[in-house]
Amino acid sequence: MRRVGSVWRVLLVWLLLAAGPVWHAAVDAQQPPPRPKPAEDEFVPIDQLPPGEQLPAAPLLIAAYAVVWLAVAGYLFSIWRRLDRVDRDLAEAGRRLPRT
Amino acid sequence: MNFVRVVWLVVRKDLLVELRSREILYTTVFFAVSCVLVFAFGFVREGQPMGDVGAGILWIAVAFSGTLALGRAFERERQSETLRALLMAPVDRPALYVAKLIGVMALMTAVEMVVVPLVALLFQAPLFRHLPMLLGLLLGGTVGFTAVGTMFGAMLARARSRDVLLPVLLYPITIPVIIAGVRGTSALLQADPDPAIARAWLSLLLSFDVVFITLALWTFEPVMTD
Amino acid sequence: MQRLFLPLLVVVAAMFAYAPLMIANAPFESTMLLVQKIFYFHVPSWFVMFSGAFLCAGASVVYLARGSKEADHYAVTGAELAVVFGLMGLITGPLWARKAWGVWWEWDVKLTLALVVWLTFVAYLLLRRYGGPGSEKLAAGVGIFGAANIPFVYYSVNWWRTIHPKTTVVPTLGPGMRGTFWFCVLAFMLLMVLIIAARVRLERQRARVDELFLELED
Repeated sequence: MRRVGSVWRVLLVWLLLAAGPVWHAAVDAQQPPPRPKPAEDEFVPIDQLPPGEQLPAAPLLIAAYAVVWLAVAGYLFSIWRRLDRVDRDLAEAGRRLPRT
Repeated sequence: MNFVRVVWLVVRKDLLVELRSREILYTTVFFAVSCVLVFAFGFVREGQPMGDVGAGILWIAVAFSGTLALGRAFERERQSETLRALLMAPVDRPALYVAKLIGVMALMTAVEMVVVPLVALLFQAPLFRHLPMLLGLLLGGTVGFTAVGTMFGAMLARARSRDVLLPVLLYPITIPVIIAGVRGTSALLQADPDPAIARAWLSLLLSFDVVFITLALWTFEPVMTD
Repeated sequence: MQRLFLPLLVVVAAMFAYAPLMIANAPFESTMLLVQKIFYFHVPSWFVMFSGAFLCAGASVVYLARGSKEADHYAVTGAELAVVFGLMGLITGPLWARKAWGVWWEWDVKLTLALVVWLTFVAYLLLRRYGGPGSEKLAAGVGIFGAANIPFVYYSVNWWRTIHPKTTVVPTLGPGMRGTFWFCVLAFMLLMVLIIAARVRLERQRARVDELFLELED
């Protein structure tokens, strides 16, 4: 795990950079006008976004992706930290053993 | 010693011990009644019961008092060290599970015989309209709840933080039972009762019971072995 | 196995870097429009959660049947995956629902029981942490029971009419959406493999440290 330490760090920095500014942009969505019933049986694709639809959903979308990035980054980081600690304990135990 | 005989002996022992002091019985029944009363104060508005809360309150009272009864039943075993004695006995472990299950079921039946009329009274819930179906739902639900509860109660008897861990572990797994019980009972209590829906929920409860009792019988031995 | 870790890490990082591009280019859905794009991360999160739950249950069965410590390492890894990715699903879901349904949460059966399964694995981790010695076996029992609950979730979705998009949505996806969706699923699955490798290694190292410290005491 030592030799991939720098790769972990780069990955972590990159993830945080991606998540940081978009998290800043998240605001409460305004209540949209009543819309047709959301699709239940299948998703129907269309090509162009009708005007006036862009903004209200964007903060929610951005917040959702930010949450995913942060959660993944946080979890990977926590595993990395714990591995670090265990490796240190292992080295400590190894150092003490030959003496006894 | 054959399976049925072991079950009978342990159930008889538990019933005799309980009948002498009736400690768990009285305290659990009283707790269930207090539960219902607390909800009565919480959910009654201007002297009228709110909506159809009867079904929900009934099942919550069953769940809470069931958790209490399970905790107490195994605490008693642990204190007298009889749990270790039981586990050391050269008998089929699953037989011990079934015996404990029957014991707690007997206790819960006694509790429900008090709680059901009480809820019908306090919340003016027509619980006796479709009595066989209601009894079926109660039986199916209580068996499901107790099957999982006995398994976890036995598992946790020797663990640390067992008092708080039992509800923490038990409630997520038995939520399907509570949902099925409440929705089924609601279907019977509503202004236009729908026995077909209640029957459907009953079948869910029954399949839950079969699956989890089987699982418990399979895993009881390896989990309780050190 | 060690040697595959680094290339896999690069592949996963690249896929996650490319995914937003694919998602931005995927066609919009006609009724839910922009916010539906949460789908591309929401559903794969749940896929990983359920994979984690089944991994935990399977490993728990092996652990109880054979007493294999290695199986226990996989069990705790599965539970942690279920909790982390389940949490992501539980947060992205309401963010989508707020726009699509107008409410943050619905007590619809799929949501409720998904929450219940997540709670079960949180309880698993709590038991392992606070249950004292010997709690690995007890937790294995909880893991198995928790996973056995899952079919009741899936079964209930098709039984009641609910507001949640039915599970039939995925097979009917159009070509623009289908490719993006399965790409994201693959990215999440590879990420899961990566996490399993790292986490199981952590458990193994911990077990070795415990053994060594026990030896030291002799």
